[in-house]
Amino acid sequence: MINRKIVLSTSGIGKYFFDPVKFKALDNVSLEVYEGEFLTLVGKSGSGKSTLLYCLSTMDTAYEGEIYIMGEKITGKKSDELAAIRNENIGFVFQFHYLLPEFSCLKNVMIPARKLGKYSLEEIENRAYEKLKILGLEDQALKPASKLSGGQQQRIAIARALINDPAILMGDEPTGNLDSKNSAVVFDIFKEIAHEFGQTVIAVTHDNDFAKASDRTIELADGRIVINDKTFF
Amino acid sequence: MKKDIKIDIALTHIFTRKKQTFVAALGVTIGVGIYLFMNSLDKGFSKYSMDEIFKNNAHIKIYKNDEISKPLTTEDSLCLRVIINPQITTLSKKIINPEALLATVKSQQFVTNAIAQVNFDAFYNRGKAQIKGSGNGVNITEYAQMFNTNKYMVAGKTEALQGNLNGIIIGSGISEKLNLGINDNITVTSSFGVVKVMKIVGIFTTGSSMNDNAKSYVNISTAQQFIKEGPAFVSTLFINTLDANNPEIFVKKLQQITSYTVEDWKTSNADVLAGNKTREAMMGAISMAILIVAGFGIYNILSSTIMQKINDIAILKATGFSGSDVVKIFVLEAIIMGAIGTIIGLFFGSVLIVIMSNVYMGGPVGYFPIGFELPLFIRSFVLGMVITIFAGYFPARKAAKVDPVEIFRK
Repeated sequence: MINRKIVLSTSGIGKYFFDPVKFKALDNVSLEVYEGEFLTLVGKSGSGKSTLLYCLSTMDTAYEGEIYIMGEKITGKKSDELAAIRNENIGFVFQFHYLLPEFSCLKNVMIPARKLGKYSLEEIENRAYEKLKILGLEDQALKPASKLSGGQQQRIAIARALINDPAILMGDEPTGNLDSKNSAVVFDIFKEIAHEFGQTVIAVTHDNDFAKASDRTIELADGRIVINDKTFF
Repeated sequence: MKKDIKIDIALTHIFTRKKQTFVAALGVTIGVGIYLFMNSLDKGFSKYSMDEIFKNNAHIKIYKNDEISKPLTTEDSLCLRVIINPQITTLSKKIINPEALLATVKSQQFVTNAIAQVNFDAFYNRGKAQIKGSGNGVNITEYAQMFNTNKYMVAGKTEALQGNLNGIIIGSGISEKLNLGINDNITVTSSFGVVKVMKIVGIFTTGSSMNDNAKSYVNISTAQQFIKEGPAFVSTLFINTLDANNPEIFVKKLQQITSYTVEDWKTSNADVLAGNKTREAMMGAISMAILIVAGFGIYNILSSTIMQKINDIAILKATGFSGSDVVKIFVLEAIIMGAIGTIIGLFFGSVLIVIMSNVYMGGPVGYFPIGFELPLFIRSFVLGMVITIFAGYFPARKAAKVDPVEIFRK
């Protein structure tokens, strides 16, 4: 366990919000995330857990400290380079699915892979079907994304996040809009991704059951890590 | 084939929002159509008025200008004040040794044609009726070749004048006023008092009353007799060049050959050209304004698309699309809308041109002088596209600046 590969690490992350008043959202956050780990970030509303996730996601670049992804320092990189890193290494699932409503489910799933341009269109389509199969949605592939139920849409969004086989899957309240049944489905998928496919999952949640069942839980309060629970390791 | 995802997204936006696409494209259609039509209108009319000019003007003419006597003292002599009275000192409008000059001019590479002409003031009489006008002594074959005179002949032929020293070709206005037809005799008196009875061998009408009511053509030697000059007398040389639109350089070259005044048609017709330019500027400004308004249509519709698609843009950026990818998507949408609009606009403009070319204006103009000009089609297309690309670029850049974190945190 000690030898597990570090996928993502931070040192001394600090972040301020200036609107409406100067406010320290993150204070000296240092953490390490390992390969194949299912990590949850918890904390009260305003504790900075989502803020931390967006810093880790490379989308938010206005922070202090340093972030390393796959051993590479990403702090200070240009936005185009960061976009390329996100495209290849990070998959996102949000509370809302953010599917493009005019596209079919299959096409939605294919978008990040077509941006990456590593495979031919046929291969991408095959891979997209594969991912949809894992999520049990291959029969919905050709329907427009807007015609699906909320749980199905969220699973399509997960398939989209997985299409490029990213090293890290990030979720911001991925079950926040789902009923308990669909939450359980999503949870099982996340677990499967981490344990069977060896991809790292980092999810922000305020669902305690969800957090408890994960490999590790980091709790934030007032922008600091208060519990870094490694009992599962 | 690996189809680009950006093109796919842009096309999907275009096709799922047919109505907006249609409205934006329609704006461009009207803009481009009107732009093309108005500029064709202007071009056609300019061409017409140029043709009018070249009915009587060569590209360049050489003549002896009036000379003004020069004072013997210089202007800046401080102590001595001399009252001077400058006057025209020209004794004769004669060009000395015209054959040699004509030969030299003709030998220039840029000269396509050059002819000599003898002008005289003429009075056309029949009984007591008299019309004042001007006679032109020309070699009619060469002259007809240069000015397309055959086109304007309504009776008789220009060839009939060739070698016929007693023949004359008159304008239709003279023929009507004096009630004279072909083969009738006409009495012509020159300002030098020479009177000749001549036979009308042809009648022309150019549509310009200034010509039709005053002008006549005779042989050079006849004209020389009218002004009591010998066969070496020539008053003007008319020269056509390779490029009618840029006679200035040729003027400079010719001026080095001769000391007589060398004048291009632009100088002689500065008023017409200034009129053309003014009209061109006005038409250009109005049609350009319409085109720019069409650009704002694209800007508006794209801006609203972007506001509606802000979530889509955020997720695209989250999944690895860079700012320039987003710009490309929306500029591409603008280009597609612009291209549809521009192509239909060119068609719309063509229809207007066809309609206009069938409108009878009457008088010497006839049907409205408008036609299809390829350079104008190209210019309309390019302008239509450039404006839509600009109109698309600014909202697209706004889209590229969308901060996904801000969207996701809502």
